[in-house]
Amino acid sequence: MTFVTPTIQWAPLLPMLIVFGAASLGVLLEAIIRTPATRRVVQFVVSVAALLGASGVAILQWATLDGAGTVVMKDMITVDRQSLLWQIIILLMGIFGVMLFASRTSAGESGFTPLGASVPGSQDETIARRKGFELTEIFSLGLFAVGGMMLFTAVTDFIFLFVALEVLSLPLYIMVAVSRRRRLLSHEASLKYFLLGAFSSAFYIFGAALLYGATGESSYAGVAQVIQVTATTDPMLLTGAVMVIGGLLFKLGAVPFHSWTPDAYQGAPTSVTAFMAAATKAAAAAALLRIVYTAFYTLGWELSWLIWATAIASMLLGTVAALVQTDVKRMLAYSAIAHAGFILVAFAGFVPQALSAVPVYLLTYGVATVGAFAVVTQVRERTEDGSIGGEATRLGQWAGLGKRSPFLAGAMALFLLSFAGIPLTAGFIGKFEAFRAAIDGGAWPLVFIAVIAAIASVFFYVRLIVLMFFTDVPEGAEGTIGVDYSPLARAVVVLTAILVIVLGILPGWFLDAANDAAVLLVGAAG
Amino acid sequence: MFPFLTVLVALPAVGAGVLWALPASARSRVREIALGITAIELILAAVMFLQFDRASAGSFQFSELYSWIPQIGTSWALGVNGIGLSMVLLAVILTPLAILAGWREDRDVKKRTNYLALILLSQAFMVGIFVARDVFLFYALFEAMLIPLYFLIGMFGGLQRRYAAVKFLIFSLVGGLIMLIGVIALYFQGPGGSQGFLTDNLTGLDFSTTTERLIFLAFFLAFAIKAPMFPVHTWLPDVAESARVGTTALLVAVLDKVGTFGMLTLCLVLFPDAARWAAPVIIVFAVISVLYGALLAIGQENMLRLVAFTSISHFGIMVLGIFAFQQTSIEGASLYMFNHGLSTGALFFVVGFLVVRRGSANISDFGGLQKVVPVLAGTFLIIGMSALSLPGLSPFISEILVLVGAWGVVPVAVAFATVTVVLAAIYILWMYQRVFTGPTPKTLEKTRELTLRERLVAWPLIGLMLILGFFPAIAINYLREPAQDIVSIVNAQEAGQ
Repeated sequence: MTFVTPTIQWAPLLPMLIVFGAASLGVLLEAIIRTPATRRVVQFVVSVAALLGASGVAILQWATLDGAGTVVMKDMITVDRQSLLWQIIILLMGIFGVMLFASRTSAGESGFTPLGASVPGSQDETIARRKGFELTEIFSLGLFAVGGMMLFTAVTDFIFLFVALEVLSLPLYIMVAVSRRRRLLSHEASLKYFLLGAFSSAFYIFGAALLYGATGESSYAGVAQVIQVTATTDPMLLTGAVMVIGGLLFKLGAVPFHSWTPDAYQGAPTSVTAFMAAATKAAAAAALLRIVYTAFYTLGWELSWLIWATAIASMLLGTVAALVQTDVKRMLAYSAIAHAGFILVAFAGFVPQALSAVPVYLLTYGVATVGAFAVVTQVRERTEDGSIGGEATRLGQWAGLGKRSPFLAGAMALFLLSFAGIPLTAGFIGKFEAFRAAIDGGAWPLVFIAVIAAIASVFFYVRLIVLMFFTDVPEGAEGTIGVDYSPLARAVVVLTAILVIVLGILPGWFLDAANDAAVLLVGAAG
Repeated sequence: MFPFLTVLVALPAVGAGVLWALPASARSRVREIALGITAIELILAAVMFLQFDRASAGSFQFSELYSWIPQIGTSWALGVNGIGLSMVLLAVILTPLAILAGWREDRDVKKRTNYLALILLSQAFMVGIFVARDVFLFYALFEAMLIPLYFLIGMFGGLQRRYAAVKFLIFSLVGGLIMLIGVIALYFQGPGGSQGFLTDNLTGLDFSTTTERLIFLAFFLAFAIKAPMFPVHTWLPDVAESARVGTTALLVAVLDKVGTFGMLTLCLVLFPDAARWAAPVIIVFAVISVLYGALLAIGQENMLRLVAFTSISHFGIMVLGIFAFQQTSIEGASLYMFNHGLSTGALFFVVGFLVVRRGSANISDFGGLQKVVPVLAGTFLIIGMSALSLPGLSPFISEILVLVGAWGVVPVAVAFATVTVVLAAIYILWMYQRVFTGPTPKTLEKTRELTLRERLVAWPLIGLMLILGFFPAIAINYLREPAQDIVSIVNAQEAGQ
């Protein structure tokens, strides 16, 4: 067998190349620029410029897309409207994420430890803090993750998907570990995320190997063709398919691959949580969607039990567990698990409608998620001398927030109502589309369960609203909570709140885009 | 033509935004501004009422149709027939009165602004629901309306307000989200496309029997919770007890009518076969509501809870009228929806006046007020009489129409329901007796007489009830044709089988 070097068309890959290029440039800048303050500003500008530039190029590609799209690198990457739509969504979340990374408290603190390598509580840490070190690598790590996620949505080859999976995962493991406060918790979160992530990667790659063994193909198109032609129900093939899907469900945070979610969400710096909750879920859903709707589409009936079971388990477990949480970040994490279930509901109909419903759901969910975590970054404990301390994430500390800061509390209420799927917010449109796709495919019993979970989930969303608006600040706790003013984080809250309302009331433009994207380009096999 | 309906929906919503955007210096006049907005709304609705073509009250007038989210199949489609018009009028009449009734509730200007803005927002949703001619639009407003109400209950009111607010929200969402399945499923039964949710496009569909029944149930459950029917009524007394009187009055008098309105204009019209299939069971539950509500009302110690239970009883009569499928009974039910709004709204307001004076809603805290405040006592008595359907006041004629109309079809149910007339006399008169007669406790000897503002709230409602009590034809002329259309839809299907 001779190895034929594929000719690569670089132009369709431009958005990803820009992001990866900027990420590499960021690494270089780390070495060149010595002053932390300058470095932070330069890194921020470079990241935002790269993400905006990549979005611009992606939108341009969308507008000028020739026919169904382009298959690049011999079936390995497909640039079609579906992947472009996902990349734009991920870039948007990336921009919000970078804004949050760069935001600082009024005391000039970032959310990250000054020196990641220092032992928590050690002399090194104190010195690093005193000398004003800044962990600015977070920007290039974030860009690498964004690039990996973008690749993740466009890849159409099982082996190459593994590469993308690792590219997006490795930076995230580090980003989770560098929280400024409660560093041990952050380390623990990162370790858990890393170990389970490694485990799921192994799961995935084993599945991919089995698929290759069963079909002799590694591209989605090739596998699809073999399944279609042979109409096989080979156990090796099915096992491989289930394992591959399992590996992706881990990134989606669906039960039974969810157990990292609460710890990682809680331990990670909140800005990282915001980014990862919104963007990783989107990337995972995109990859899963493409695999299920191309490679395994003819296996639909054999796999639907898997989708149903994980959807039901995620919705119920996420909802029930969220009910008993006492920490805002953990509550949002369990709610994220429940939302993974709702996303899977949209898959379950096995109708093309899902191809537009899932991106809509992820965008509406992602926007509200980033917004909610951005609010969390601004509700702070206040020390006795009146300076701003760490984030106040215990639910009880949010009592009476509506009086302290009507703006933040109002925005948070809006995001929570969107999670709950109340009409005229983005979340309703997402749920509506997901349920519609499922009912269209006859999966209405699943929708019925989803509705029950949605009702139950209202309890914990509303509990926070009750605390913020209907409860007075506890006696003696007047000075213990402070609302921090950070322009960048505020800007994120304002932008996401506007998006939640616009997507809730006038979603037509985005639904049009999603409908245009509801065709998957399947390359020729072989 | 002037887009009356869109303006009626948008004006209070914009008004709410204006109130919130007011600079702190202008907030001292916030009540006047809110009242002004609702007054303009009232005038607009009155002009619309005068322009409404009574000769074709059955057809939808002032129709507007704009594409909203064509990708989903929904349009901004508005229109009113006689029934919708009466509901819109009810909403615009009661909102300014509710603002006036709560004029002195808040000292804190910020709190006052929030309250009034939320009231205006609720009004926008209320009007929107009654004029929506698109099932998706109806549903979206139906659900979104919960949010201002939730905040109205939870932020302002008594000790149990948080519990009541959450209970209200959960009950409503259970109904609402199950209805959502029905809404989506209905779309797939219809013609689809960019106007697939228009009510007109969904009327007269050819369902399979099971599908029609399931979708009907999904809709009906939501409406039964809204128009509190036994056994899903339990949220109402808690809300009535805990929320502000203005909120409760709007909630019970206007918003809960969405339930009966939905049964009448959606359940019967869209799913006639299923409606006939379910009617016997629904009528049984309606009669249970009638009697159960009335009996529990007698046993209540708290006046607000008492009024809430009387409403459950009255809603039972409306549902009975609707599901008897007779021209007269449906006419009566839709008339009752309007009259009950006037009567219960007034009753809540006047109970509110008592609560303000005593600081308690418990009947045992009152006594002998007749001698101290005769005007208040008289006002209370007349309004109370309307609730027990005294001839001469408007609820009487509507109740009679329902009972007479339904007699031909379900005589046993009517016989049971008629008992409520006696029970109503007991709960109203006994309440009056305990509050206003007997020896006056020392603490109540200095009770203030009804103020001018309070008279402005209560007396217009009494006036309306008297006018409609003696000349019910004014209203019935608007309701006859819509009722005819509904009856013909239900019966045409029957004849076709």
